[in-house]
Amino acid sequence: MKLHEFQAKALFAEAGLPVPRGRPATSPEDAAKAFAELGGPLAVVKAQIHAGGRGKAGGVKLVRSADEAKAVAASLLGKPLVTKQTGPGGTVVRRVLVEEGLPLDRELYAAVLLDRKLEAPILMASAQGGMEIEEVAAKDPKAIVKETIDARVGLLPFQARRMAFRLGLGKDLVNKAAAVLTGLVKVFLARDASLVEVNPLVTTKDGRVVCLDGKVTVDDNGLFRQATVNGMRDLDEEDPTERRAKDAGLSYIKLDGNIGCLVNGAGLAMATMDLVKLHGGEPANFLDVGGGATTEQVTDAFRIILEDPAVKGILVNIFGGILRCDVLAEGVVAATKAVGLKVPLVVRLEGTNVEKGREILRSSGLAIVPATDLTDAAQKIVEAVS
Amino acid sequence: MSILVGKDTRLLVQGITGDAGKRHALACREYGSNVVGGVTPGRGGTDVEGIPVFDTVADAVQKTGANATMIFVPPPFAADAVYEAVDARIPLLVVITEGIPAVDEVKMKRAVRDAGLRMVGPNCPGVITPGECKVGIMPGYIHKPGKVGLVSRSGTLTYEAVWQLTNLGLGQSTCVGIGGDPVIGTTFLDALHLFNEDPGTEAILMIGEIGGSAEEEAAAYVKAQVRKPVAAFIAGATAPPGRRMGHAGAIISGGKGTAAEKKEALRAAGIAVADSPADMGATLASVYKPARKASVVVGKPASKRPAPPARKPAPAARKAAAKPVATKQAPARKAAAKASSARKPAAKKKAPAKRR
Repeated sequence: MKLHEFQAKALFAEAGLPVPRGRPATSPEDAAKAFAELGGPLAVVKAQIHAGGRGKAGGVKLVRSADEAKAVAASLLGKPLVTKQTGPGGTVVRRVLVEEGLPLDRELYAAVLLDRKLEAPILMASAQGGMEIEEVAAKDPKAIVKETIDARVGLLPFQARRMAFRLGLGKDLVNKAAAVLTGLVKVFLARDASLVEVNPLVTTKDGRVVCLDGKVTVDDNGLFRQATVNGMRDLDEEDPTERRAKDAGLSYIKLDGNIGCLVNGAGLAMATMDLVKLHGGEPANFLDVGGGATTEQVTDAFRIILEDPAVKGILVNIFGGILRCDVLAEGVVAATKAVGLKVPLVVRLEGTNVEKGREILRSSGLAIVPATDLTDAAQKIVEAVS
Repeated sequence: MSILVGKDTRLLVQGITGDAGKRHALACREYGSNVVGGVTPGRGGTDVEGIPVFDTVADAVQKTGANATMIFVPPPFAADAVYEAVDARIPLLVVITEGIPAVDEVKMKRAVRDAGLRMVGPNCPGVITPGECKVGIMPGYIHKPGKVGLVSRSGTLTYEAVWQLTNLGLGQSTCVGIGGDPVIGTTFLDALHLFNEDPGTEAILMIGEIGGSAEEEAAAYVKAQVRKPVAAFIAGATAPPGRRMGHAGAIISGGKGTAAEKKEALRAAGIAVADSPADMGATLASVYKPARKASVVVGKPASKRPAPPARKPAPAARKAAAKPVATKQAPARKAAAKASSARKPAAKKKAPAKRR
């Protein structure tokens, strides 16, 4: 789950990390008020959307008066902001963050993330803040410094110090930077984050180290023990269909094709999409009904697939293990009747209780096309939609 | 022969009184696994259809001599269950639980590794040595004893691959579902190493998917060390970047971890890669011609088929009857059983409960 910048910074502040003073605003008037509250000559108005690349897209602006803050907020709020991460339609800005301007000295980069190869979290930093880290990695990989973290103890003091020195900080700033780096790792571990990123992490002319930006993504598997983070979920940022699927216990991702896929198991679901494509079709979605799907879940799955107007046919591919084929077949029949299926439906069943399942489909009187194996299933559904 | 589990496996089930734990403990026993006990704190002294339940893993190991544990404990308590098994020095931990936080997985992995033990999973279907021992949630009857080692990040896609092999007459030495999470106990590399060393495994089928670089690392190992035929399939060629495809670990991030990249690495290592999931078995068959001890019997009556664990032979047998590729397997199977009684399974490293 992704968090907004202002939410990430709230977590930082709670952990004692230095962040600029400021608050979110949802209307131009409120933004003007927030500017006044800061009491300074300079502030920054930042669009709050989950996608990155806001600065280059015009979503971050310096303002020097309450009126200017109001005008900038008015130009952003309620309108889509298109960044290179949002896709062509952009994401509607519903909030801006109004923050004090700081006398910046240097811009650094710091992030904590899981390194899958090392099977451990790592702290990664660079003296070239403000740039995207992928860009730095491509141009000058040596500019990136890393520390591997033992998740059981967190970042050790010597590691934090070493990294601060490697970033070229003088001894007056090393301890401050080390404290920030240690804090970022603490946030990562305590919040079940999969990413904590600060770009830029700045030093100021008055000798401070401040998290000027903040990006936090939380591991969905950790949400059960993250009440604060759960309260930060922004439903407006989620695709409504994907949200409904999630609430129904289904894993669904919309794609651009016209063949709806209903599969049990994530690996088989991906493989089914690949198969459809290989036979000249285009999958409309990824959908994993999971291991122990019920009739209700199968019905929900059909409804969700059919909400996509592009869907011209559905392929059900089930290898029954925990989920028995007869249960699935009953679900398919009930769902087909409930939603009044109008598009071709190809069903391929294999595994536990497969004969019972096939018999249920056969005797249902519904126009369900049975498939004998994977290739047969793919050919039949591709033919049916073309 | 086989890897990880076999006739000598004495299986404990942590979380045995929960729905899934109970169902699968019984299914494993029915398959022929030696399920010696279960653990649920507070339920010690009771039993699950004859399987004794203990309050602590230490107790269970002491009383039963368990040398493997299958963990069904829900995510909030799963890491603790792993630590308890590590503390009791159980040599093999198979963690079925799905949805464990990654931060916990990192710690679990460290604990298991530091203790010199082995973990399979989390978020995996488990391990099965056909005809001998099933430690997991896979449908047993689709398997058939033989010489193909199978390793996979997926669940149902693994069953699909097994089914294709079985229908081609290619039995399996051991099938290992390593799990779909970003941090897992046994990696492709580990499993390939075990299969490479196992005299009972003659060929290897690996089923990978997008995300991470475990397949690439495995490919490098195969190129350098493995002389047995290897085939592979990678799921997720059509997956969009930046999206998590069901499995926590199945994500293309920063343009890395794509199916195309992985397939290329595998092919460069001399591995036969199937582009279609329908061809996983056939691709392996294209590089592996088993030395048949028994002659191929075309159209052998279904009833003579080696009953893969007797209880649900019907669908498999029917399919076999329809396909003229059934192989007479009984002698090979007997030989496998004989060989396995002489071998020591994963449990050999440390005597259980030695420290207690």
